[in-house]
Amino acid sequence: MPVIDPHIIIHPEDTDKVYTTLNLGPTHPATHGIFQNILTMDGEIIIDAVQTVGYIHRAFEKIAEHRPYYQIKPLTDRMNYCSSPINNLGWDMTVEKLLGIKTNKKIDYMRIIIMELARITDHLICNSVIGVDSGALTGFTYVFQEREAIYEIYEEMCGARLTTNMGRIGGFEREFSPLAIKKLRELLKRLPKVLREFEKLLMRNRIFMDRTIKVGPISAERALNYGFTGPNLRAAGVDYDVRVMNPYSSYDDFDFIIPIGTQGDTYDRFCVRQEELWQSIKLIENALENMPEGKYHVDVPQIFLPPKEDVYSKMEALIWHFKIVMGEIGVPAGEVYHAVEGGNGELGFYLVSDGGRKPYRLHFRRPCFIYYQAFPEMIRGSVLSDAILTMSSMNVIAGELDA
Amino acid sequence: MEDKQNILTLLKNKFGKKIIKTDDTGDIITATVDSLSLFSIIEYLKDDPDTGYNFLTDICGIHYPEYELPLGVIYHLHNLRENRRVRIKTFVSLDRPEVATLTPLFSSANWMERETYDFYGIIFTGHPNLIRILNVEYLDFFPMRKEYPLEDPTREDKDNRYFGR
Repeated sequence: MPVIDPHIIIHPEDTDKVYTTLNLGPTHPATHGIFQNILTMDGEIIIDAVQTVGYIHRAFEKIAEHRPYYQIKPLTDRMNYCSSPINNLGWDMTVEKLLGIKTNKKIDYMRIIIMELARITDHLICNSVIGVDSGALTGFTYVFQEREAIYEIYEEMCGARLTTNMGRIGGFEREFSPLAIKKLRELLKRLPKVLREFEKLLMRNRIFMDRTIKVGPISAERALNYGFTGPNLRAAGVDYDVRVMNPYSSYDDFDFIIPIGTQGDTYDRFCVRQEELWQSIKLIENALENMPEGKYHVDVPQIFLPPKEDVYSKMEALIWHFKIVMGEIGVPAGEVYHAVEGGNGELGFYLVSDGGRKPYRLHFRRPCFIYYQAFPEMIRGSVLSDAILTMSSMNVIAGELDA
Repeated sequence: MEDKQNILTLLKNKFGKKIIKTDDTGDIITATVDSLSLFSIIEYLKDDPDTGYNFLTDICGIHYPEYELPLGVIYHLHNLRENRRVRIKTFVSLDRPEVATLTPLFSSANWMERETYDFYGIIFTGHPNLIRILNVEYLDFFPMRKEYPLEDPTREDKDNRYFGR
């Protein structure tokens, strides 16, 4: 009796033709994360793909319903771990919106610096990984040095590198240290040179262009229908950026360009991210030059932890410290939706409060989760190696996908 | 402010009693609608030139155990051209947690509805592939409902009294 290979699917009409099932993932080195794709292949051509997600689901939304507000930020770190400060500060701003706290310009500008640094790390990883997947490892190792420099700045600002837990509700835990500012200025001096060289390696490289142009394209209409946001939507030609549409954290004080593509293919996504890197550098420079005087936190004793020496010497500070740590602070009942422009697009926080010590419901709108469902449509009819490039250019982050 | 009133008036004129409650005091104007006419309301919001809410930002579920209709689905829609947002809520009962799917209108609704089903057990009628997405398939409960505790309730080594809870 012949052994029937379960991985071979016979073509429904043409019985001579067989399709092969290929299991790409869950832990495939080329997918940069835990994704499973079950591909139906006709030789080298992808006929269809079925994705399985949820391998690192950690039930953040359920956990958030059982934690006081200030303990939720460490959860947001672990969503898009390539740009965790954006998640952190986005959560801060959501709670501030619920509490009705207005931050001063100093805090806003500090936040812009951090969020743009995070965007740089996110885009650097994504763009250099597109290079890696098309066979150009040099650019990756080169720009990773700069990512390391940014992580050192994070370390100087908050003490952590990857899962930063940066900022506090109502501002920051401390001022930027002189060393952090010094490192930031050094980075700003060095990064343009590195980026120019990185662009020389890839941007007009014939091999790279041949590998990426018309690979994994999506039209603007389909992209909108699939809920694309961020660089992937802009590459398809829609100029939607939360920073401009719904300015938060005083982004409207700054002048910056929103790059858009035309084809929505891998090359356009690469170019859009590359231009956004330049815009982020400009934003950081402007914010650093025009940094206003002021306090690094808002005067809200009911939510912002008092300085430690006051806790030991002043009764009021001790009371607030106790109340905040025990989560006994007064939060109004209500609901807010706050969106920030994350590394991958509109990162939304939908927070419902019933006035208790913890959120009644917290939902994260994770851009990756929503646009990754377009992946089969984008790779249908292309070859396997193009599918890998499409995936890395979409910058699908497993942590954000599964929350 | 004009815009805010405008969309609620449009909805009320068109759908009358199907719009159960409206609220324009929050950050986004909110309309609570009847679950049976949800699809036609969202279709109107998406396709009518007066409204033009062409982008589905988010779908999520919510559970209020003390309500008469305890399970809710919350939709965030965005009019990208005029930059206006609207929040549509609909509530269903535990016995018949059924809401029409939005997949014919928005491809992005597919996974968001699967996620809502996965966590809350809300059945989106007409959905092409309504299976669990983040949790394992053999899970026999809906974990985000309020009756399911976060930790194992039989644990004895941790007494919440000592932690102020």
